[in-house]
Amino acid sequence: MLNISSVSITFNEDTQDEKKALQDIDLTLDKGDFVTVIGSNGAGKSTLMNVISGSLKPDIGIVEIDNKNVTSIPEFKRSAFIGRVFQDPMAGTAPSMTIEENLAMAYARNKRRTLRTGVNKKRKLLFIEFLETLHLGLENRLTAKVGLLSGGERQALSLLMATFTEPNILLLDEHTAALDPSRAELITNLTGEVVDKFQLTTLMVTHNMQQALDLGNRLIMMDKGQIILEVSGKEKQELTIEKLLHEFQRIRGEQMANDRAILG
Amino acid sequence: MFISIFSAVESGVIYALMALGVYLSFRILDFPDLTVDGSFVTGAAVGAISIVNGVPPILATVFAALAGFVAGSITGILNTKGKINPLLSGILMMIALYSINLRIMGRPNLALLNEPTLFNQIDGFWGGLGIDKTLNGLVESMGVDSLPGTWAVLIIMTIITIIIKLVTDYFLKTEVGLALRATGDNEKMIRSFSANTNNLTIVGLGISNGLVALSGSLVAQYGGFADVNMGIGMIVIGLASVIIGEALVGTRTIAITTLAVILGAIAYRIVVTLALRADFLETGDMKLITALLVIIALIAPKVVSARKEAVRKKRKRTLLASQRKEEHSA
Ligand SMILES: Nc1ncnc2c1ncn2[C@@H]1O[C@H](COP(=O)(O)OP(=O)(O)OP(=O)(O)O)[C@@H](O)[C@H]1O
Ligand SMILES: [Mg+2]
Repeated sequence: MLNISSVSITFNEDTQDEKKALQDIDLTLDKGDFVTVIGSNGAGKSTLMNVISGSLKPDIGIVEIDNKNVTSIPEFKRSAFIGRVFQDPMAGTAPSMTIEENLAMAYARNKRRTLRTGVNKKRKLLFIEFLETLHLGLENRLTAKVGLLSGGERQALSLLMATFTEPNILLLDEHTAALDPSRAELITNLTGEVVDKFQLTTLMVTHNMQQALDLGNRLIMMDKGQIILEVSGKEKQELTIEKLLHEFQRIRGEQMANDRAILG
Repeated sequence: MFISIFSAVESGVIYALMALGVYLSFRILDFPDLTVDGSFVTGAAVGAISIVNGVPPILATVFAALAGFVAGSITGILNTKGKINPLLSGILMMIALYSINLRIMGRPNLALLNEPTLFNQIDGFWGGLGIDKTLNGLVESMGVDSLPGTWAVLIIMTIITIIIKLVTDYFLKTEVGLALRATGDNEKMIRSFSANTNNLTIVGLGISNGLVALSGSLVAQYGGFADVNMGIGMIVIGLASVIIGEALVGTRTIAITTLAVILGAIAYRIVVTLALRADFLETGDMKLITALLVIIALIAPKVVSARKEAVRKKRKRTLLASQRKEEHSA
């Protein structure tokens, strides 16, 4: 489904601020895979997401979706088959437009936009049906402007908009990080539900270790632009936060030793 | 008095199309597009030169709108493909259009005095309808003595403006229209739903300046001339109309807002007409009045809501204080 091979990207190359954000990344997701991504600040997680979505072009390497090389396809075209939810609850919706209009825009994702009205009776019913799955009562507020919704409600709507057209790939970048704990839990649960319902191939970045363990069938840990740990299946189910931290320290320690050996 | 208000409303309805164009760029696309000062004249110039060369007025008007569309699109291309900032893109286009407009007309001023225009062409047909007589009779019976020569311009322009308003309302609800609005509202979001925001910006600015040029060509036909300087400050007049209208009528839905913009354009003309009746003001002061109007319309709502908020807080405080007093005495 998603295939990333030898992707590297360096910011501010050959300057003092040079930053190797991604170094020779290889990653393959099969259809239906739900991969959680953890790693410290600046590890390159968001950069990885941006390379997949097309908002960044890798310096080298290839991104393939459904065996099709999409590396040089611009972001807006690629987004026909990629759903995204951002960290900022304000980022995924248009605030001065209504709930139904926002949904209509999301609905048009993989179709040609025409001069027919975006919201019609048939679609309204469909939108209501989808909104009901959020259990937030938004189905009764179709014509309310999205800017009036709370952060949690907006993020739930963003999640719905990103998923109900069943994109080939779903990218979630710390999409619960800006919410209070109870709202975050709500969105986490909804995420599990929709990914399961549509069997979406998903990549989810999170700083919440527990969330990374609870959700998904695979987990990767990133550090300094590299994938330093990959766990899946049964091994992931048995993983705990302590084990994860321990593993991280072990790898980091090895790396430091290596670095010292090279330098020395 | 009646006659000057009448002609204020008349030109207000014509300039309303320009204001709708400004609304599309400023509000819908969130793009402060200064092309308007140039494209308004481009519309007047293309319309006038076409008519002088024997093109039927209706066709000349369409040419004018198309020329405005092209001008707006180029501003959009400068911004999206050339990555030039919105303000600068518009200013560059405005300056470029000044020379282009001169070239189109061949001289700084083009008179349409003995030429057919959209308005005088329908005179014969209009006279036969007898509407003027009925309406003038009505107005006369209300005690007005100086009567307008014809109601044709006002009524025809009202119909045209309303049709364009309704088409705009519909367009902004279509799939393309929604994407266009989202481009101004949250560009990153709509790009993540596979919309080409560059093309939407280009088309949006095209439509916006198409309306502005349409208005320009109608103003030229109404006034009987096109002048290379007739667009100076047009953007501020458009903005004044949008802001005044929004303040008076509100922005609850798209349909209400476009109506607000049209009424704002009319209100603007009336205010200017009334202001110019003051003895100490001259025609040349109009731009100053316009600028002051925009400043007031921008600041007043903030002051009013701050004042309301202060009053509300004060009332709450006194209420709390009196409650506390009662509790004490109880
Ligand atoms: N556009 C950019 N220009 C320059 N440097 C950048 C740019 N984007 C990211 N970087 C740098 O690349 C590195 C990786 O950034 P990235 O945003 O991918 O980290 P992250 O793993 O998402 O971190 P966080 O957990 O803080 O979100 C960081 O050091 C960052 O400063
Ligand atoms: Mg990040």
